[in-house]
Formats: sequence, C-alpha cells, structure tokens
Amino acid sequence: MSEKTVDRVAGATPVRIARKIRGLSDRAIAWIFVGPTIFLLLAINIFPLIWTVNLSFTNFKANRINRAVEYVGTRNYERILNDPDVWLSMQATAHFLFWTIFFQVLIGFTLAWLINKKFRGNDLWTTIIVLPMMLPPAVVGNFWTFLYQPQIGLFNYVVAFLTGRDPSSFEMLGSVDLAPWSIVIVDTWMWTPFVMLICLAGMRSIPDYIYEAAEIDRASKLRQFFTITVPMVLPFLMLAVLFRGIENFKMFDLVVQLTGGGPGSTTELASIHLKREAFEKWRTGYSSAIAIVLFVTVFGLASIYVKALNKVKER
Amino acid sequence: MKTLKLAAAGALALSAATITSPAQAEDLTLCWAAWDPANALVELSKEFEAQSGHKMSFEFVPWPNFADRILNELNSGGKLCDLLIGDSQWIGGGAENGHYVKLNDFFDKEGISMGDFADATVYAYSTWPKGTPNYYALPAMGDANGWFYRKDWFARDDIRAAFKEKTGRELGEPKTQKELLEIAQFFQGREIDGQTVYGAAIFTERGSEGITMGVTGALYPWGFKYENTPGKYDMEGAVNSPEAVEALEFYKELYKTATPPGYTNAYMGESLDAFKSGQVALAMNWFAFFPGLYADPSTGGEKIDFFVNPPQNNEGSTLGGQGISVVAYSDKKDAALEYIKWFAQPDVQAKWWGLGGYSAHNSVLNDPKFPESAPFAGDFLLAMQNVKDFWQEPAYAELLLAMQKRLHDYIVADQGTAQEALDLLVEDWTEIFQDEGKL
Repeated sequence: MSEKTVDRVAGATPVRIARKIRGLSDRAIAWIFVGPTIFLLLAINIFPLIWTVNLSFTNFKANRINRAVEYVGTRNYERILNDPDVWLSMQATAHFLFWTIFFQVLIGFTLAWLINKKFRGNDLWTTIIVLPMMLPPAVVGNFWTFLYQPQIGLFNYVVAFLTGRDPSSFEMLGSVDLAPWSIVIVDTWMWTPFVMLICLAGMRSIPDYIYEAAEIDRASKLRQFFTITVPMVLPFLMLAVLFRGIENFKMFDLVVQLTGGGPGSTTELASIHLKREAFEKWRTGYSSAIAIVLFVTVFGLASIYVKALNKVKER
Repeated sequence: MKTLKLAAAGALALSAATITSPAQAEDLTLCWAAWDPANALVELSKEFEAQSGHKMSFEFVPWPNFADRILNELNSGGKLCDLLIGDSQWIGGGAENGHYVKLNDFFDKEGISMGDFADATVYAYSTWPKGTPNYYALPAMGDANGWFYRKDWFARDDIRAAFKEKTGRELGEPKTQKELLEIAQFFQGREIDGQTVYGAAIFTERGSEGITMGVTGALYPWGFKYENTPGKYDMEGAVNSPEAVEALEFYKELYKTATPPGYTNAYMGESLDAFKSGQVALAMNWFAFFPGLYADPSTGGEKIDFFVNPPQNNEGSTLGGQGISVVAYSDKKDAALEYIKWFAQPDVQAKWWGLGGYSAHNSVLNDPKFPESAPFAGDFLLAMQNVKDFWQEPAYAELLLAMQKRLHDYIVADQGTAQEALDLLVEDWTEIFQDEGKL
C-alpha cells in the first residue's frame, strides 16, 4: 500500500526536478527537507535567545539608542536576586500557578468522570462545559470585571445572597486579600474544561474489558476507580498539568484585563513584571536578564516534570 | 522602438514629479490621544486641508495605551506620525533621543514667537532643557487637573441644611483641600432621590499615570517639591517632606472614606462615568473634558459647576496638556511644519478654543471676554497660573512607574505608611538618576 503511494508521489514529481533529485544522496534530500525548518528555528528562536543572553549582560535601553551600551558583567543578575519586586512577582506567580492547577485538576477530573458516565444529553453538557475556553482571554477578563463589580456585579450578589453580606462590602479585584483569588477563580473557570477534555480522552481510552475483568474479580467501584481509572488517566492528567503549568507561568492577558497587576503589586505576575521592565521602563538589559531567569526556571522545571511523566508512562 | 518610447515617457513623468514635488499635496498623519479635544482638532484641521491642499489623517490612541503605543513608535524610528501631540513629560526624551525636530530655526524664519504663548505652557510643553530657549514643540493644548460638582445638589435646601448641621458652615465650593474632603465625606453613602450616592471620583489607576496625576493634585497644594535645589536631583527631604507625607495621608483618607465602592483602578473614563451616572457629588478630571461635561444632557448645563484644585498650604494644580512636535523620522517634515505655522496663527487659535480645544495663545487667554466665554474658562486661567508638572526627564517613564507603584501600594493596597512610601520613592528615583549618570 505504502509502496504504491511512494510510486504515485514519484510519478507526480516533474521530470526536471526528479532528474535533479536523482543524483542526490538520501542525506542530502533529508537536509533539503529539514533545512528550512532549521533555518527558521535558528532565526526565530535560537538567535533571539542568544541575543537576549548577550543583552542581559549590558545596560542597554531600547528607548535610549543614542546612549553608549556598556557591558556590566553579572550586575543585572545580582540585581534580580536582590530586587524584592522580582521575588514578590515570583510569589504571586507561584500562588497563581499552584492554586489554578490544583482546582483545575480537581474539578476537571471530577467533571470528566461524571461526563464519562453515559447518560442522556452528555454531548450537550460537554459542549456547554467547554464553552469558556473558546472565548478570547481579553473578553473573559472584561466580562469578569463586570461580574466582580461591587455595586452591580453578579458575583458579589450571589455571594451576598449566600452569606447575607452587603454586595458592595467586599471588592474582589480591589482587595489585597481577595484579588489573588479572583484571578485564580477566573482562570479556573476558563481552563478547567481543557483539563476535563484531556482526562476524558484518558478515561475513554481505557478498554471496557479491564473493568469487566475487575467486576469478575468482584472489585468494588472504589477499588476499580483507584486501581484502574486513576493510574491509567494519570499520564494524561500529568500532560494537562504540564500544559497548564507552562501556560500559567507566562499568564499575562487575562490578569492584565482583570487587575492590571494590582492592587499595588499584589497580582503582578512574573510576565507582567517583565513587560513593565522591558516595555514601560525600557530597562532592556535588566529585563533580558529577568527573561533568561524565567526561561531557565520554566525549562528546568518542565524537563524534570517530563522525566517524571515518562517514568509514569513506563509503569 | 516601443521600449524607447516607454522609457522616454517614464523619464518625462519622473522629471515632472520631481519638479512638482515641493508643492505636492502630502498625506500627513497627526498622532494624539483619543479624547474630546482630538475630535475638535479634526474639525479645525479641515481648514488647513482646504488652505494647503494637504490631506490630514489622524491616529488617536486611547489614553491608557497612548504612552506605550506612541513611545514604541518613536523608539523604533517609526514613520507612522508626522506630527505628534505628545505628553508634556515626553519632551526630555523626545529632545535627547532625537525623536522631535528642534523648532528654533523654523520659529525664527516664520516669525513665530514663543512670547505669544502663555509662559507656563511654553516652559512645560516646549523647552528642553527646561526653561532654556530650545524649543521642540509648539504649545497646542493647555490643560490642568480640576474639579466639577453637582451644582443642583449643592443648591438643595435639605442637603444644605444637613451639611450646615453637620459641619457648621454653608455648603459651597471648597476653599481648601480639607474642605473638599469634608464635603466628599458628607455626600458619601447619602440617599438622594432614592439613590445612594458617593463623595468623589478621584484617580486611582495603577497601569499608566492615573494615581500619580491624582495624588500630585494633593501634593502640590501642600507644597511638594521634587528637588531641594532645582536641577540638583537632591530629593531627600523634599519628596518625603512632612508636608508631602501629610498630603499623601490626606489622599488616602479621601480614597478610603469618600469614593464609590470598587474604585481601585480608576482614571479619566471612570471619573466621567461616575459623574454622568449620578453616582458622585464631586469629581476630578482634566479641563479638556469640561466642555463635554457641560454639554451633557443629563448632568451638564445647570446641574454642573467647576472649580480649580483647592489650595492648602499654597495654590497648586497638576499640569496636563501637550505641545505639538514634528517627528524627526517623518518624510514629510516640510508639510508638517506648514501645519504648525498654520496652527500658531491667532485666528486659528481662537477657533481652536471655540471648538473645545484649550488654546495657550495669549491673544486668546488675554482677551477680556475669555473668562466669561465658558463656565470653566476663568477656572482654567486660574489653574494655569499655578500648574506644576511631573519630571520631564528622558527617564520619565521609569520615574513615573516607580511613583505609580509606591502610591498604589500605600493608598489602595494598604502597604506601609505614607512616610515609608515616599522614602522608598526617593530610593527608587535616586537609583534611576544614578543609572542616568545624573547623581
């Protein structure tokens, strides 16, 4: 079958090109195919990365092109270690990352488990549940800003109805204590369906005969859940956590729309801090150093995580 | 032969184009913020189009993104804008980084005198280094932060009686900052016509310049100074003086006790919305918006009145407004300069004021009829006599963002004391000026 396809493709190649290719080795042909991709990778990813590393050792400011650029050694990196604002932004990012993933995994897995039960209208429910992640983050941000509005916001009214408090007595986006949770709630609302879909794919890939065998062995539903469902869905779940972790580490648009990093700097995530340093304060050299630190952090954590994921898959 | 004919025709067309190019109609793009005066300028510029034959296009950017968008454009040497009405604080960067064309020779050649414009506006919008006769812009739009209030509420007998009972004095336009606070607190949470209303809409925005522009409205009347000695960058004891601390505490009290709920990130738009929706008794905003507010069918006309930022230890208002510059990267500098020449004419400046733009030309401002020409015109004149601007240094963006952070941390996020906030601000600014090689 595949041979026929190869013959068909070879036949379709214009004679002029075919004649030129005929004289090339397999390795040369491979390079012809891979070359453009490697070139683009070098031009778009590797070169900017090397350039950013270079800039991170300078005092360059992109808005002061007339000023002489000096190499400052590791001063930018030392400054990062001693800059309380960087650490605060990393703390805010860690809080956001941990809690969004925790809630998304918990709720996403539960929803997937419920949806996986075959019941009438479950396709409709699946569609309804995944709607939030189809919306652009800027729209979600604006939409939730209204929901959180203390005087007219639905969220405050629902909480007030449930707790008996005055709706305008608390400010989700304006309070230092509540603002970090307000962004966790919105991100969870938006991205839980994504985790749910991946878990659902995992659950549906488990063959029925495994459960049937467990039934024959008189395993309880709880035991089936913990010894079949959870272990077999775990690689999928870990993949979802990896995706969400990387996405939320660089979270920007949603939080900017909701809080702008405030109140004060309470929700100023690492990406927002980086943007302010790079494109508002124009400290290009310093912000390049922050970008490198963030890159190494994400790359390092992701590498460790992928190794763990592979081990789980091998089991 | 055919090719030869074509080449000859092409050469003829090219030479004709070259000959006619100096008088050629250009398509000029003017960049500014998207707000009421920008619409007035579109209207005004139609006259320039008719006279010059040039076509005017406009790029108006919403205020929260204005600095980001336009400074990016300038820093990348972009040709989007031929003319730019840039914020007053950009003048240092515009001049030192070569973004703006120096206009001295052009002014001399065309007989445009900076003496024809209000001194405060020339100083703030045109000169760099500050106060020297090096001009990079023509004052285009005078502006300051002022106040407006619900005149109809202030006139109601029941409200006046309640105010007198509470404070022992008559309800009227505040004469000091502390009176302003007292009035705002009086209205906070009050029921008027079955609706709960609030005291004042003030600036608390974190992202761009909002909270700094609001707080300086309190700092200046308390006597705030950026430096002990002008030009020396000696900020210790000036920026964090006891008066500055008191002013900052005052602003926080105003925010905490007299603003609508959820007012944690508010700037111009939110202030206008709060007032027009009948939520607040008082609001701060730029004079540029006052013509539109006065014309508003629901809260304008007889229901609104205006006052200049009240003094405390002295008079003082936060400067707004902008000068118009020619962008150095433009390919149409000659046509852009033509526009500036046209705009500087006294009759054009009079029309500019008539359409809702705030002219800075003395022929307009010194006209005896000017104070009566609009309900806010007299206040505008008064405000412009005592305006003060933020740093206009090339590093202004860093200086501004540092202040935004320290102020928002203290006022909205309740972190630390006013003294600590200002001490930290001095540290931030010192570091920035050290990086700049000025300390």
